[in-house]
Amino acid sequence: MSKTCDIAVTVNGVTHEHTVEPRLLLSDFLRHTLGLTGTHVGCEHGVCGACTVLIDGDSARSCLMFAIQADGCRIETVEGLGTIGKMNALQESFHEHHALQCGFCTPGMLITATDLLKKYPLATDDEIREGLSGNLCRCTGYEHIVAAIRAMVAKTGNTSGGKTG
Amino acid sequence: MKPAAFDYVLADSIEMVVRSLADSGGDAKIIAGGQSLVPMLNFRLLRPSILVDINRIPGLAFIEEGDRAIRIGALTRHHQLETSPVIAKHLPVLSAAMTHVAHLAIRNRGTIGGSLSHADPAAELPMMARLLDAELQVASRSGRRTIKARDFFLDALTVDLGDDDILTEIVLPKLPPNTGWGFEEVSRRSGDFALAAVAVTLAVSGGAIAEARIALTGIGATAKRAAEAESLLVGLPLDPKVLEQVIGAVRGNVEPNTDLHASADYRRHLAGVLAGRAVTAAWRRAQPVAP
Repeated sequence: MSKTCDIAVTVNGVTHEHTVEPRLLLSDFLRHTLGLTGTHVGCEHGVCGACTVLIDGDSARSCLMFAIQADGCRIETVEGLGTIGKMNALQESFHEHHALQCGFCTPGMLITATDLLKKYPLATDDEIREGLSGNLCRCTGYEHIVAAIRAMVAKTGNTSGGKTG
Repeated sequence: MKPAAFDYVLADSIEMVVRSLADSGGDAKIIAGGQSLVPMLNFRLLRPSILVDINRIPGLAFIEEGDRAIRIGALTRHHQLETSPVIAKHLPVLSAAMTHVAHLAIRNRGTIGGSLSHADPAAELPMMARLLDAELQVASRSGRRTIKARDFFLDALTVDLGDDDILTEIVLPKLPPNTGWGFEEVSRRSGDFALAAVAVTLAVSGGAIAEARIALTGIGATAKRAAEAESLLVGLPLDPKVLEQVIGAVRGNVEPNTDLHASADYRRHLAGVLAGRAVTAAWRRAQPVAP
């Protein structure tokens, strides 16, 4: 076993201090160490998008990062977006548009959509589809997911303009 | 699907990186964005004993405009390149290419230095380095040196970096005036690796092409320039006959592989079609704007 390290990671506003092995994936840290099983693990090599979380505000695959690298970072998972009793607007939109079937891809879809809405105008369905192309839904319920995001763009008058840098 | 155990070094300087790499005797890997490395670790295709993390080295992520070139720090994320006003103004062909690099969540983490050092045969950035005649600055324990992009990519996933080398900076010379560009890619799914992609710049002077650059990826072990096709264009205006010759030269210049995603014949066909489109777009963009 390699040398362990102490880390402090703020997840959904709560700071957690743990001792971790360097090879512990951030996805496993969230699920197994912290018990936050809302973040799903599909492929573990960055293809399916189910494990996507926000790291310091930017979406990233939690299976392609080690927990030790998140020391001092602010992470948001699907649990931080809302609760069953009080969903956020994007979750409400997914609910209204039937944008989930089995629900496995949903946490990654919600986090990805959160970042897309912040960074791109999403003026057309093509743009929304392109933005979602890194997230796989094996129920193939893409139509409803696109509709839920389109409704968010219409509702909020998304003006992010696609430029962040 | 879990990596083998490794020790972790959080580097705070380039000097610390090269020292750690040299001390490990070739058994260490640099981790930048990790978007290609971590899948290989998860699959245990790689089992380094040490990972040297460069993500927190100050001053390694920047895009700076100089008189003759744009300097880009190796740790600059793909999304920064995609959205940089400096890149959009001086190297719009690179802005266009960046939107084809994987997906937002990957572009948020992945770095230009990592992509060039990894050198996937179907990645966009090695092609853009070849197109833009990039100069790559490398640090090692024995000092610093500069490698031209044309000498850097040796084979699939193989570049001219030794065990204690780190790519620190990418220098992209500005393009000549009146340069038009084209970028064309076909992939199975938006954001996937290219089945074939072509990037072109044409500098036009007095109604004729003064300088032509055509770079390709996905069509062999490394990204490459189509030198013969480029030379066919110089000194002429673009017309359908020349374009046919260029397409033929591009097809004759590539050695694609057959894999799960596409046959070699299809990739060769694509390379020609995409080159024709990209050259045409570059020619159009190079024309003076009507007053």
